[in-house]
This record gives sequence, C-alpha cells and structure tokens, in this order.
Amino acid sequence: MSTMTLAKAITSGLDKVLESNDKALLMGEDIGKLGGVYRVTDGLQDKYGAHRVIDSPLGEAGIVGSAVGMALRGFCPLVEIQFDGFVFPAYSQITTQLAKMHARSEGRLTVPVVIRIPYGGGIGSIEHHSESPEALFAHTAGLRIITPSNANDAYWMIQQAAACQDPVIYFEPKRRYWLKGEVDTETPALDAFKAQVVRSGDDATIVAYGPLVPVALAAAEAAREEGRSIEVIDLRSLSPIDFDTITESVQKTGRLIVTHEAPTFGGLGGEIAARISERAFLSLEAPVLRVGGFHMPYPISKVESQYLPDIDKLLEALDRSFAY
Amino acid sequence: MTPAATEVGPKDPVQILTPDGQRLPHEIYDAYLGDVDEDMLRGFYRDMALTRRFDQEATALQRQGQLCLWVPLRGQEAAQIGSGRATRPSDYIFPTYREHGVALTRNVSFSEMLRLFRGISGGGWDPRENNFHMYTMVLAAQLPHAAGYGMALSMEQRGWDEEKLAAEGNAVVAYFGDGSSTEGETHESMVFANSFNAPVVYFCQNNQWAISVPFEVQSKVPLVERAAGYGMPGIRVDGNDVLAVLAVTRWALEHARSGKGPVFIEADTYRLGAHTTADDPTKYRMTEEEAAWAPLDPLIRLETYLRENNIVDDAFFEQLAKDADQMAATVREDAMAFPVPPLAKSFEQVYAEAHPLIQEELAWHLQYEAGFADSGENA
Ligand SMILES: Cc1ncc(C[n+]2csc(CCOP(=O)(O)OP(=O)(O)O)c2C)c(N)n1
Ligand SMILES: [Mg+2]
Repeated sequence: MSTMTLAKAITSGLDKVLESNDKALLMGEDIGKLGGVYRVTDGLQDKYGAHRVIDSPLGEAGIVGSAVGMALRGFCPLVEIQFDGFVFPAYSQITTQLAKMHARSEGRLTVPVVIRIPYGGGIGSIEHHSESPEALFAHTAGLRIITPSNANDAYWMIQQAAACQDPVIYFEPKRRYWLKGEVDTETPALDAFKAQVVRSGDDATIVAYGPLVPVALAAAEAAREEGRSIEVIDLRSLSPIDFDTITESVQKTGRLIVTHEAPTFGGLGGEIAARISERAFLSLEAPVLRVGGFHMPYPISKVESQYLPDIDKLLEALDRSFAY
Repeated sequence: MTPAATEVGPKDPVQILTPDGQRLPHEIYDAYLGDVDEDMLRGFYRDMALTRRFDQEATALQRQGQLCLWVPLRGQEAAQIGSGRATRPSDYIFPTYREHGVALTRNVSFSEMLRLFRGISGGGWDPRENNFHMYTMVLAAQLPHAAGYGMALSMEQRGWDEEKLAAEGNAVVAYFGDGSSTEGETHESMVFANSFNAPVVYFCQNNQWAISVPFEVQSKVPLVERAAGYGMPGIRVDGNDVLAVLAVTRWALEHARSGKGPVFIEADTYRLGAHTTADDPTKYRMTEEEAAWAPLDPLIRLETYLRENNIVDDAFFEQLAKDADQMAATVREDAMAFPVPPLAKSFEQVYAEAHPLIQEELAWHLQYEAGFADSGENA
C-alpha cells in the first residue's frame, strides 16, 4: 500500500509495463524529457531510454498510425494524445485502421495499441482542453475504452490495458490527476472491463465514470442526509459496458441516473438508458434520467461550472426520479 | 553516391530500357543489374504478362457480376514487378489497393486476392505468410503504418554493424499513388520515418490520375522534388521500364537497410485503363493522351528488347499465353468456389479477446436465424 496521486499511479503503472514487457514502448508529444504536459511519463525516459520513451514528431495521425505499424511488427506501443480536443487528427487512424485491423485480417493480426487521452473539463482551460469525446470512440467496434476514477484503478487499469490484445483507449480524468488515493501494488484491481459498485444503497442508482465518480459519491452522501440511500457505480469500462452490474443494481433500487460530462445528446447515457429499460423494465419506478453536458461546444471556462454535472444537478435528477 | 547528386537529376527519370527497346548504360544503376541474366529477363516478362492476364480475368469476373469491384493495374506492371522483385522475402510491403503485380512477386495467391473483391473477406490473404500487408482502401493510411513498422525494425536492429545490416537488415516498401501524395498522412509518415531514420522506401506510382483528377492538381512540381524537404534522397524513374525500376528500388533498399534512412521513388507510369470497374475515363480524359501513352506500354518495351536480343522466340510467347490462360481459369474456378462465411464468423473477428456485447449480439443473431430454419421458410 502506498499513497499516490492518480497521475503518479499511472506513471507507476507505465513503469511496470515497461519493466515487464521489453516490447512495450511509450510515444507521444513532449513525453520524454518533459515527461508530458501533465508529467505522467516523468522520469521514464531517463530510466528506459529515448528508444522506449519516444518524443514523437508533432502529428497525431503519425503517432497513432506509426503505433499501428509497430504493433504489426510485434511491439506494444502506449501512445499519449496531449489533450482530448487534439485526438481528431488521428480519428481516421483510430476508427478506420486500428479498430478494424483485427477484423479485416479475419482475426490474424492483432494491434495491441494503447492510446492515453487526458479528458474532461473543470480545469479552467481554454478551448479544446476540456472535452469528453468518449462516445465518438465507443460507437466504433473493435476498440475498448476504459477510464479510471481513482489512483488504485489508474495503476492497475493501465497495466490491464497494456496486456490486452485489443486496442484500448485509456481516458485519463485530468481534473483528478492530483487526487490522492491508496494504491495496493500487490493485489490487482478488478478486471478493467467491469463496473464496480463503489457505494451501496437501496433507493436509487447513479452510474458515473472518470471525473464524475467523486461527484456522484458526494451527491450520494448529500442525499443520505435527506434520508435517501443511493448506490453509486463506477462504470470504469465504456466499451464494453458492464450492463450486468448496472442491471443488478437497478433491479434492487428501481431508479437510475446516468451522468457524464460529455453532451447528453448521443452520449453513453442514452445507450445505458435504452439497455436498462430493455433489461429491467419491470423493476424501473421511473424513467432512466441523464445528467450530462448541453448540446454545445464545450463552453468558455468562466461558465463551465454551469455546464458540468455537479452535486446539485444530480440531487435535482434524484428528486425528479423520486417524484414519479 | 546519392542518385539525386548525379547528373541524372530528379527531372530526368532514370531509364535503362528506352521505349523502343534499347538498353542504355547507367553509371550508377548498372551495378544493381549485374545479376540480370536472360532467365531473369524472361521471368520479368512472364511476371508482367501473368499479372496482366490476371487483371483481365478479374475485370471480366466483375463485369459478369462475380466481384463487387475490380481495380485494374494495366500499364503499371513494370513499376510493380520491378520494385517487388527488388525486395527480400523478409522485407515488409504495404500496398495500396492496386498492387496485384507486387503481390505476385511476394507469392500471394491471385485467387486469394479476389476474396476481398468478391465480398467474402475484409482482407483476403494472410499478411504474415508473405510479408505483404492487406490492401488499404483509406488513401495513405498505410503510410504511417509503414513508418511505424520501419521504426520497429530500427529498434530490432539497434547496434547492428554495417555488415550485419546489409546481410540481414529488413526494410519496408510503402506504395501509394500521386493522388494519395496530398493526404496529410503521407506527410506525417515521411516526417516520422525520416526523423527516426527508419528503413522505409516510399514508392509512388505516379499514374498521372487520381480517378478523374490529373496530376497537376496534386502538385506543381514533380513529387520527387519533395523528398529533399524531408531530408531523404529522391529518385525519379521511368516506371514503365522494369529494369530501371528494379535497379533504383534495389539502390533504395540498400540505402534504407544500411541505416541511412528512407528513400523516395517516384515512378512515372500511366493507368492505361479505368480507375476501377465503376469508372468511366471518357468523361474526363482525352483519347489523344491515352494514345500517346499506349506505345509506352511496359510489356511492349520489354518484348521488343527480348526479341531484338534473341532472348525469346515465338514459342516463349505461345507457351506463356497458354500458362496465363490456365492460371486465369484456375483463378476463376477458385473465386467461384470460395465459400461465403456466415455473418456469425464476423462476430468472432471484431475483438481478439472475449467481449460481452459481441457474445450477446451473436447469441441473438443465431437464435433469430435459427427461427427461419425451424419454420421451414428457407426451404
Ligand atoms: C481517404 C480517401 N479519400 C478518398 C478515397 C476515394 N478514392 C479512391 S481511389 C482515389 C484516387 C486515388 O488516386 P491515387 O492516389 O493517384 O492512386 P491510383 O488510384 O491512381 O492508383 C480516391 C479519391 C479513398 N479511398 N480514401
Ligand atoms: Mg494515381
């Protein structure tokens, strides 16, 4: 057991990956000497050399595309996209190449590439630095998408992503980089592709992931003071989604709120709402409600607090759910 | 010596065989043709003729409704056979979608190649068997892969001395077209490969057209002139001259293999036919232009040279025509006999590891399809 920030937990996880797999390598913009703009790869180039922690030229399609080529040769590249809003130059490589290589080759080729992307808002930044584009990737078959919400998961899930034979996008909740937590470096965390009940309750369920898990937990605590017992699920994996864990919870509580920073329209909340209404229709006491971002480009930071889901918005949604 | 530094500048394509079949001496490249004997020359002609016959058969199959689409390569045989024959089996090739001739040099079965175009596979052949990657339909998307593959080779070959590199070093050949040269991924790939000195040979077949758009819309200068901007040698070659293409590609591979970094080759050639079987070139290009390129046909050129030097006789061509027809018949038979895999198979290939959504949807699909069997509706 040791206490680490979420960012340092990823660093330690990456260190483990580089140490245990000599085919693993890191590549991205400014990740070597600088250690990345968030210092997530800090110290790793010194330890493993510039040939394993590579400062790449500045081009996202080149980063992901060359990672595909390295994977075809048997390497396991873990690449960093500097910010959520800058992944799009690589969107074609990710969706038309990386995601499909296994299928197109009739299962012969595997491309075990990991793409790390810091995402989400709440950091008071300028445009393109606060987005949550996960649904744009979850819609593409062939990719796996995970996101940790705490240091222990961050440490283990990056290693699980690296060990996975499928391409994995690892979304890092950047506003939680400095969140400290206990990391158990001995006992592996739950399977990266499973959801976890992080607070149990009987009256309603909140599904959250990444940066909003602490918010959901705080809302549950506030609701307790009003006499409501709220179960909170940390989704962890956005593709696949562990619908069994959500279904089981909703069968118990009868009410479900899904929250994410990404816009509600076309977001993963809609998919979860639809699946849960199919799987647990008779258990539902109220429609599944969603608390997400508005249908607008991510707003200017001075007003982002009005855009982002927060404790009050979750409590308001709970009120609406209980009013049915 | 770097070819670009000689009097054979980028503006003059390297030529060994003139269009009327004369062999020219070349100060640099003769050294790369020392082993080319009569057998090899006959072999090159055979390769090109078989490729053309395959192309013709596939076009016919498409016309008969047996393929979704076909991408003819007629006119580009020398560029493909010459470059493909310059590679070693352990080199890795990233083709576009038109490299049927390169595929032949890599021993990829022509029949297997039709699986993609028959709509029964997303790839068709096993890239690991012949180090010949699947075709890539997203223009230039294979080029960053080539850079990354080359970077991976450099990592594997770290610390090798010159001798070992020359003997055992591997390299990558990345094919693309004049139209694809404009894609951003072409640029990114070249920056990556050059910055890391990756052993990549960029082989551009400038067939003068990107579907209906002529080359001058893609570039104001010969593409080869861009090479210098990336810091790599650029060689322009007469792409309808199989010997010149063989020689320059050998030079380029030697350069790349030795750890000196990438090379860019622009092969001037011409797409004698349509872009694909869905295309109609009469809408956008002049018959005069086609007529001007027709005598530059790479097969005619080599045939003239072979005949004038008594390397072949009529019997050679008769036998070759027979062999080609036989090959075409086999390809047709194979193509028609390929089983259509059930959709259920596609579920298995999306992910390498178990995936709950796939399992759920597959189970539903199987149950749904089984319902038709029970009710006898398909009988
Ligand atoms: C990214 C992308 N854009 C457009 C297309 C459609 N398309 C297919 S081939 C082609 C022209 C390609 O020209 P070139 O690169 O010169 O290759 P050629 O077909 O002449 O061999 C176009 C526009 C595509 N396949 N991929
Ligand atoms: Mg072209």
